[in-house]
Amino acid sequence: MILEATGLRKRYGDTTVLDGIDLAVAEGSVLALLGPNGAGKTTTVRILGTLTRPDGGSARIAGFDVSTQPRRVREAIALTGQYAAVDAQQTGRENLTMIGRLLRLGRRGATTRADELLERFELTEAADRRVVTYSGGMRRRLDLAMSLVAAPRLLFLDEPTTGLDPASRATMWGAVGELVRGGTTVLLTTQYLEEADRLADRIVLIDDGRVAAEGSADELKARVGGDRLDLWFADRERLERAAVILDAAADLHETRIGLPTDGSAGQLHHVLDVLRAAGAGPDRVTSHRPTLDDVFLGVTKRTLVTGADR
Amino acid sequence: MSATLTMVDRSVRLTRRNVDTMIMSVVLPLLMMALYVYVFGGAIDTGTAYVTYVVPGTILLCAGYGAASTAMAVADDMNSGMIDRLRSMPVRASAVLTGHVAASVARNAVATTVVVGAAVAMGFRPTATLLDWLLAAGLVLLYVLALSWLAAGLGALARSVESASALSFVMLFLPYLSSAFVPTETMPAVLRAIGDNQPVTPIIETVRGLLTGTPIGSAGWIGPAWAVGLLVVSFVFATTCYRRRTTR
Ligand SMILES: Nc1ncnc2c1ncn2[C@@H]1O[C@H](COP(=O)(O)OP(=O)(O)O)[C@@H](O)[C@H]1O
Ligand SMILES: [Mg+2]
Repeated sequence: MILEATGLRKRYGDTTVLDGIDLAVAEGSVLALLGPNGAGKTTTVRILGTLTRPDGGSARIAGFDVSTQPRRVREAIALTGQYAAVDAQQTGRENLTMIGRLLRLGRRGATTRADELLERFELTEAADRRVVTYSGGMRRRLDLAMSLVAAPRLLFLDEPTTGLDPASRATMWGAVGELVRGGTTVLLTTQYLEEADRLADRIVLIDDGRVAAEGSADELKARVGGDRLDLWFADRERLERAAVILDAAADLHETRIGLPTDGSAGQLHHVLDVLRAAGAGPDRVTSHRPTLDDVFLGVTKRTLVTGADR
Repeated sequence: MSATLTMVDRSVRLTRRNVDTMIMSVVLPLLMMALYVYVFGGAIDTGTAYVTYVVPGTILLCAGYGAASTAMAVADDMNSGMIDRLRSMPVRASAVLTGHVAASVARNAVATTVVVGAAVAMGFRPTATLLDWLLAAGLVLLYVLALSWLAAGLGALARSVESASALSFVMLFLPYLSSAFVPTETMPAVLRAIGDNQPVTPIIETVRGLLTGTPIGSAGWIGPAWAVGLLVVSFVFATTCYRRRTTR
């Protein structure tokens, strides 16, 4: 395990932001911290990245204690924060060589390393333009490149694709995949199920400062069971009545009730009969393979995207 | 050391490319000087050509304007992801402050040169020897350093770039309440008491004496003492604010 954290706690004033987070990341793997806005993802990353001290619990990275040996930890990690940390008035190349010189690669070494990274992140053409002229996707790529100057063993990515268009998102995913194939361990946070599903070996669902569930995407989906039946309602009153009758988690935002199904016609008949008898029949019925969204809804009674309470 | 040099390099480059900052720190003092010399100067009796009187004050005024830029640049780094990036690296992240202070000194060197050049064009005729110039430059440097560290501290204290700039504007007023533009004897008693006993007046009188041969008197040690004292206090203030802000 390159990272082991136990019982991480953090309070800000009267609010408990982290309430005992345990994490373990195997070297060479990708762990996704998946949770809605305000779940505590950034706080967790900041503690592990030696920026904030936990109020309780402890964490070791590459064998060093995050609280008492931050300097040694910093030699093993790199952190790409939620907001791009690049100098808009420097060029891409200047940003990269600055980091190289800070890391004592020397002028020559820093220049060579910058060239490699510019090439790898398809920024060579824009290398000598100031970053103000870059698109959001280019900034993010430069930001990531700046984190890789030292070839870290463990890379933290806090919401690497939030706010990016689909094409830039795909490029970022490609870059992360390549990193992992090169042996880098990655801990990323995300609000997107698809991202966690696509990139992560293990997923930790985090909600309200606690670990709500964890496992591989497949393990988590298996917890939901087989296929899912979706009952859609045009009006809320009927939806609420149906939810009570079926004792199921309802996704109020989407006006949908999700149920496990074995795919049989008999079950469908039964559900529809019961609901119709109560005057709470759905308007539409669909079914799908389980997704992480179902897991999240099941575990937290909340939808991930909106964070709306049930 | 290499971290500090790298951050100095960065800040100087950023400052060169920031048009607002360059205008603020060079053009504004220049305009002020022209305004004083040509508009008010005729009505103010200082015993010499007014341009000769006003040069030391304008040089110190530059430092005040430049300080606002320094505070804003520091606040920008402290409130953006940059400070987090540096702090998660195995480097001394506080080098970021040193970088901005060095850039401020560089900016002021340019501004001072421009102001003195323009003053000469407006009729300023200094009588200083090379040694006088060096002593005056040394004293101005101490003052600029003190103000820059103070500004860096305010930048680290502020929660936003806007409030950093607001906080640092206080520094602009000190020169106006000094002997920079009019002799303090012409002020009402209360203002005169402030003007005579604040740091800027003896520093200006010392610089004026060195450059144009006016009597310096006790300002010759009070001025430098103020400058050194301010520098020490500002430096401690800046490091304290920085440490508070980045305590884990
Ligand atoms: N410095 C801080 N001071 C006070 N509250 C904070 C601070 N940082 C985060 N919080 C609060 O902690 C909670 C979790 O925040 P965060 O870790 O940023 O969540 P996430 O990254 O999952 O969106 C939020 O309610 C946020 O308002
Ligand atoms: Mg966050």
